[in-house]
Amino acid sequence: MSIDSILFYLFAVIILGSAIMTITRRNVVHSAIWLIGALVGVAGLYLLQGAEFLAGVQIIVYIGGITVLFLFVIMLVPVREEALTHRFSSQKWIAVFCSVVVLVILMAFVVHGGGSLEFPTREAPLEPGSLTKNSEEVGYVLFSEYLLPFELASILLLVAIIGAVVMSKTRKSETES
Amino acid sequence: MEVTTAHYLVLSTLLLFIGTVGILTRRNIIVILMSVELILNAVNINLIAFSSALQQIHGQVFSIFVITDAAAEAAVGLGILIALFRNKETIHADEIDLLRW
Repeated sequence: MSIDSILFYLFAVIILGSAIMTITRRNVVHSAIWLIGALVGVAGLYLLQGAEFLAGVQIIVYIGGITVLFLFVIMLVPVREEALTHRFSSQKWIAVFCSVVVLVILMAFVVHGGGSLEFPTREAPLEPGSLTKNSEEVGYVLFSEYLLPFELASILLLVAIIGAVVMSKTRKSETES
Repeated sequence: MEVTTAHYLVLSTLLLFIGTVGILTRRNIIVILMSVELILNAVNINLIAFSSALQQIHGQVFSIFVITDAAAEAAVGLGILIALFRNKETIHADEIDLLRW
């Protein structure tokens, strides 16, 4: 087993274990902490695949931004006693059954089509130093070929900021009454 | 044993499955939003695996857009959650039945 395989299985175990813990924990704060574990595992997979820039973005945006946002909101919303005992909704077994059906179908696709995923370009060995320019390459493509989507994404973020602020602030009439 | 693209696809399918189960079974909306993040990460794993297999940078650029969308979605979703809690005093998905007949 090469070091790449060992790292892949290590990160896979981290991701799947943390993800399962995320959706089963009773305390929402613990869920958020386990979510960090899953995100770190995904960042490790990015590093393994030579996407260093994305690994950095994953850590900064997901863990530094989104998870902290989650923790803030958990802090703002009080927890009721009854929520700790009934964390799953009543349709949970039907939901799990439907998810398993979808999983089996998708797995059948992957297993049967797995042979066609061997791309000839993968055989070509990477040039030494070709991975070090990852950020440069991403930046170049982002600002040339994907310039319009990039600007649209910035507008999307602006709209999201405004929307979040408008929705979560108290209206003046509510505070007076 | 060589790790192929199919291995990454299997991993991402399993992560998608866990995320789906989380969305459909949990009552707490915050955990539902976390499950959405898990699903978006499954998408990203796929994109990066193909980007690496094809030796093309475009998958990584798409991943950046997916991460941007995830950030926007988390901000708006949690804003909705705060507004919802202010009006209904609950963050449980099965107690929010305004649109149910």
